[in-house]
Amino acid sequence: MAVITYREALNQALREEMRRDSNVFLMGEDIGVFEGAYKVTAGLLAEFGEKRVRDTPIAEEEIVGLGVGAAMVGLRPVVEMMTINFSLLAADQIVNHAAKLRYMFGGAVKIPMVVRMPEGGGHQLAASHSQSLAVWYAHIPGLIVVAPSTPLDAKGLLKTAIRDDNPIVFVENETLYNTRGEVPDGEVLTPIGKAEITRKGDDITIITHSRMLLVAMTAAKQLEEKGISVEVVDLRTLRPLDKQTVADSVRKTTRAVVLEEGWPTYGVSAEVAAFVQEMAFDYLDAPIRRIGGAEVPMPYAKNLEKAAIPDDQAVIAAVTKMVA
Amino acid sequence: MDSAEETAVVESHQNSRHAELGLSDETVVEMYYRLVQARTVDEKMWTLHRQGKIHFIISCRGQEGIQIGSAFALRRGEDFVMPYYRDTGVALVLGMTPRDLMLSVFAREADPASGGRQMPGHFGYPRLRIITGSSPVATQLPQAAGVALASKIKGEAAVTAVYFGDGATSKGDWHEGLNFAGIHKLPVVFICENNGYAISVPQNKQMAIRDIADRAAGYGFPGIIVDGNDVLASYTVTKQAVQRALKGDGPTFIEAKTFRVAPHSSDDDDRRYRSREEVEEWKRRDPIERFKRYLEEVNLLDDSLDQRIREMVLEEVNEAVDFAEKSPLPSREDLMKYVYYNS
Repeated sequence: MAVITYREALNQALREEMRRDSNVFLMGEDIGVFEGAYKVTAGLLAEFGEKRVRDTPIAEEEIVGLGVGAAMVGLRPVVEMMTINFSLLAADQIVNHAAKLRYMFGGAVKIPMVVRMPEGGGHQLAASHSQSLAVWYAHIPGLIVVAPSTPLDAKGLLKTAIRDDNPIVFVENETLYNTRGEVPDGEVLTPIGKAEITRKGDDITIITHSRMLLVAMTAAKQLEEKGISVEVVDLRTLRPLDKQTVADSVRKTTRAVVLEEGWPTYGVSAEVAAFVQEMAFDYLDAPIRRIGGAEVPMPYAKNLEKAAIPDDQAVIAAVTKMVA
Repeated sequence: MDSAEETAVVESHQNSRHAELGLSDETVVEMYYRLVQARTVDEKMWTLHRQGKIHFIISCRGQEGIQIGSAFALRRGEDFVMPYYRDTGVALVLGMTPRDLMLSVFAREADPASGGRQMPGHFGYPRLRIITGSSPVATQLPQAAGVALASKIKGEAAVTAVYFGDGATSKGDWHEGLNFAGIHKLPVVFICENNGYAISVPQNKQMAIRDIADRAAGYGFPGIIVDGNDVLASYTVTKQAVQRALKGDGPTFIEAKTFRVAPHSSDDDDRRYRSREEVEEWKRRDPIERFKRYLEEVNLLDDSLDQRIREMVLEEVNEAVDFAEKSPLPSREDLMKYVYYNS
């Protein structure tokens, strides 16, 4: 068992899958010589060469379009968008092509492509570098959307994603790259579509994903000192959602808070709140509460940015009120 | 084609234009057959639409010259082909049948492109390496570069031919696809069917240049202009482009000057944006009539053979309509089929 960063975990996943399967190759802007804007592809050009680690022009639609083409004829591209914000330039290829070509082709092709992209704020990169837009892709039938929160799941989900025959939007988080966690030696494969109960508790369930898991866990620890027992569920996959694990938890604790970094309007928390009331209405002792980012283009000033992103104090305040 | 033996009665022409290109008499008569077939399929679809039997069609009419000529230069089932929505002629040459195309416009379960899921005109046939696309224009260009990149990575001697109209050339992804293919000398043939209009917008409102082929220089490979209503010229430039790609010399851009004599689609009325005189002028340059005159000049076609070809095609197309009309719709239970792999 080694303690490694989220970044190293992703790097290990890419390296191991490239060694395992010669059809796996990487494309993206600055991923070769520069080793990625967030250094996730460190050392891969040196090991695998330009044929399998390909620097591209700054042209997001092209990068994903190339991936769609190569995937249709049998390769397994893993393409990198510098951030989810810039993936909007490639949204046509992701939404109108990757997600639909199999269906529109009557099942004749598959698109075994992973599109990696980090999201999230907190680094004073302002409005067009800080968004949490995974939910946009999670809206689309034909796509799978995963968003790991730990190094273990970053590695396990990326390896599973690369082996999957569907197009997968793999959402990383800029704040998580330096976080550390235990990852077992040997093969690590995290199933797609399975949430995880990261912390067991009895009084209330916090449902969250990606970086907000850390916020939820910090809040849960402080709430425990106040005598409130919090269960934390990490969604891990945003499409398909593991509704059963979430509903079972809420039936047990009878209260639910849904926490996300992105905007709650039409957000992940909206979707989770909707299915929780459908599946567990009779068990609920309080209305479901949603906590998300302030509905504002992310400001540049550090104090304003901090005010726009949910923190542990917001979670503690909400939970305390609900359990009282 | 079935009528090959019928051409054997006609003497061979060693010094004709097609013989110089290495095309047999049989092949050029088959080209004519395909021209007539594409036109007849198109006309029949318009009739079916006017009868309310089918919902939507998009037209190849007037552009069959470049479609048939270029497709004959491709290696069926070996080269990857990414057509655009007018390429009925390309699809037919590559091996799709009138039945396949009718099954698509009737949205039947047996539609080989998608089982009634894909829009008509979005040709696809896996076995023939015809790759279907989505509807936004030019999006197939980066994908074509990706397909060709895969061929290069795998060491497979396949060329990717990608088709599009003049309208597509205004888009960013069009540039992105050509640029990448140029950088890596990918085996791609870019075929632009310049029909002068992006639906209603004339070329002079789309770009400030006369020849789109000029743009190829910016990507580091040749841009060739061809008369798209000249079947043999279209064949020749495509053949050369395929050979260049196979040698590893990289992409070629072909701009075929042509014209769509029908409206853009069954939802369009082209009288709102172009004069009847312009359309009539281009009808006089019809690629099928031109090729017919050529075959008559070289004594490969007379009224009797022409008549037989047209009857044969019509019978085939009518049979395809009957077959498709009687063929079952996709099952409601299969609505969710093909959304995900293993679903």
